[in-house]
Amino acid sequence: MRVSVQAEPFDPGAELNQFSDLNGRAGAVVSFSGLVRGDDLDALELEHYPGMTEKALSDIQTQAHDRWNLIDSLIIHRYGRLSLGEPIMMVATASPHRSDAFQAAEFMMDYLKSKAPFWKKELRGDHGAWVDARQADAEALKRWSS
Amino acid sequence: MAFRVMYFAWMRERIGEASEVIDIKAATVQDIVDHLRTREERYQLAFEDMSAVKVAVDQVLSDYDTPLKGGEEIAFFPPMTGG
Repeated sequence: MRVSVQAEPFDPGAELNQFSDLNGRAGAVVSFSGLVRGDDLDALELEHYPGMTEKALSDIQTQAHDRWNLIDSLIIHRYGRLSLGEPIMMVATASPHRSDAFQAAEFMMDYLKSKAPFWKKELRGDHGAWVDARQADAEALKRWSS
Repeated sequence: MAFRVMYFAWMRERIGEASEVIDIKAATVQDIVDHLRTREERYQLAFEDMSAVKVAVDQVLSDYDTPLKGGEEIAFFPPMTGG
């Protein structure tokens, strides 16, 4: 189980290969990477709450391991200034079963969107605009509450 | 009772500080908010719409009626937008 909160860019392909090598006997590996998106953006600035961020991500990871049959999992999330198309974050899960790997990865994504202390600001020229939280992201948590 | 109070994202920008130490009597997080609201206009603006303000006590997401002992780290911020 690894959590990394970092300013430095990362290579999702290389991370996935390393994760798969570490879990060669798992049977199933699922990964998701989020990239900076936008038609009219220059860049994204991500603020976070050092200390709480690491705790919140570890807590989400522990919950996923309690709930599904996971052998290993990985969460990487960047902060600071990110350019269009750059990876923002990734999650990966390893399990003996495909369904557990998929569900745990989705659960971690849904939770980190609404529970991990990150805030995005869209930069256009010298103007910055904070991104509003989406109601759909809060709603997405409800399906895991049963 | 001393508390370290922190602000993030547009809360930080509206108030103009990232963190400060305040020394007041407060039994709950709500008492801290009530105190801050009596300060300058920048605080009133930041705490205008409480449905848009979340709170963490000692780095754990909490509620406004969370009891305080003194010495806690209290952080105020808008809903998160990570991922």
